[in-house]
Amino acid sequence: MTVALVVKLLFIVLVTMGAFLPLITWVERKQSAVMQDRIGANRADLAGITLLGLLHPAADVLKLLSKEDVVPTGANRVLHLLAPVLALVPANAILAVIPFGGIYDFAGTQLNLVVADIDWGILYVFALGSIATYGSVIAGWASNNNFGLLGSMRASAQMISYEVTMGLSIVGLFMVYGTLHLPEMALLQDHGFRLFGFLVHFGVLHALPHWLDLVRLPAWGIFLQPLGFLLFLTCIMAENKRPPFDTPEADSELVAGYHMEYSGMRFGLFYTAEFLEVPVIGMVVTTLFLGGWAIPWLSQGTIIHAITPIFGVGVATGLCMILHVTSFLLKVVFMIWLQMALRWTLPRFRYDQVMDLGWKMILPLSLANVFVTAGVILFLERS
Amino acid sequence: MSASVPVVMFYALGLLAVLGSLGVVFNVRNTVAGALSLVGAMVSLAGIYVLLDAFFIGAVQVLVYAGAIMVLFLFVVMLLNLRGGNFGPPRRRAGGVFALLVGLAALWWGLDLLPGAFFGTGAVLPADFGGYRQVGALLFTDYVLAFEVASLLLLAAMVGAVILAKRDIGDAE
Repeated sequence: MTVALVVKLLFIVLVTMGAFLPLITWVERKQSAVMQDRIGANRADLAGITLLGLLHPAADVLKLLSKEDVVPTGANRVLHLLAPVLALVPANAILAVIPFGGIYDFAGTQLNLVVADIDWGILYVFALGSIATYGSVIAGWASNNNFGLLGSMRASAQMISYEVTMGLSIVGLFMVYGTLHLPEMALLQDHGFRLFGFLVHFGVLHALPHWLDLVRLPAWGIFLQPLGFLLFLTCIMAENKRPPFDTPEADSELVAGYHMEYSGMRFGLFYTAEFLEVPVIGMVVTTLFLGGWAIPWLSQGTIIHAITPIFGVGVATGLCMILHVTSFLLKVVFMIWLQMALRWTLPRFRYDQVMDLGWKMILPLSLANVFVTAGVILFLERS
Repeated sequence: MSASVPVVMFYALGLLAVLGSLGVVFNVRNTVAGALSLVGAMVSLAGIYVLLDAFFIGAVQVLVYAGAIMVLFLFVVMLLNLRGGNFGPPRRRAGGVFALLVGLAALWWGLDLLPGAFFGTGAVLPADFGGYRQVGALLFTDYVLAFEVASLLLLAAMVGAVILAKRDIGDAE
């Protein structure tokens, strides 16, 4: 049992920190280069081998580690040293509740592919997300720098605003799935629903013709709560403080915002935290809205049933598990690509535009989403 | 009582909560450090709630108090750049009397509970105690009146804050 736990923990942390994180710094450079008709990072070489610039993440880390670690005069030394750590830890800790696979039955032994199987998983994610604010808030204040302070004040206001709306934007999802338990949410998305079933419910048709009955969509959050998906994605991207929501560190206004007095690897930790949040956001959004590990139109039962005659139950379950984990990681990769594409497409919003978007657009729309969803659920239960 | 993991964690978290609270009281000069001590105390309390199987309250404690309210505190402290000297002389008498009364009440209640802590056996928790479903069900059945009254109170506070802020701008013009 403990061995399984350690293996699961190692898997998710190594995939995120060891594979996604360095690759993302490379992808960010290369994707932006492609989008802007440039070549991008390609100079770091080891005996003439450049590997398309893939050596750059290693070169970056070496450079950051070898730089002097400066604490500015008049800074609060303890808090200045503590802030980067506070920024990095929450994103890491969120990995514990992400289900990267379903529950598999190996000859009576249940294997549940989530590190911490807690009933209130999404609350845990939100709680850690709200703690993540402190890293950037303390950093700017402890630096004894006016630009830094402006950056951290913007960070605190922006993150408070978007936390409220982020929570509200997925209340509809809670009502649809009736749970806050992330593995259970993913499991519920491993089904399909009839796309035109509403015609029968509203009494337009008595029964669906056979060909319409076959038109099914996976019961993913993005199909059941499309508005919720858009709102949640906007909010969680604003929480990450990457462009177009990077007002706390807006280079053209605040030099570098809250982390401008950081050098060397302490700056590197802020950088890491921001990049680490990209796959973590991808994982949270995948679990909530993109079916988690589910493969569309092929439920776990279908897959195992189809492979069992060839290889037997044990191998079939194992293969299904590998397929599910692969499916989960592919969806996360897609979400990372989407965030990168958005980051390099949209210019930075002005600070007041960010606030207006949060309070005047997303908050009312989230509330409307809650009421409409509640009305529809009530109607479906009554009829 | 053996030194099991929850017991050790309880004492560690309790110590942190007490230290954090003391940090609030004694960090008069450095208000940001005081606010951060309060964050520490609140996170420790959340840990104690989780040890008591009150998972929902623990999560909400971090989410609302440590994550949202304290960030707002910090925001205001930073915005006004409050330092120890800015507060004027402390109003000792009224505050002191109130603090004494609250302290005595807490002591009275604590003394009442003390024998149970040493000699009693722990209460048997019902299954699923402290989950969001149980708390939600109670909130919307047995305690719905208190819940609604609290929401009205918050609404009134919000409207009041908006009106106060608006009047200031009107005066400036």
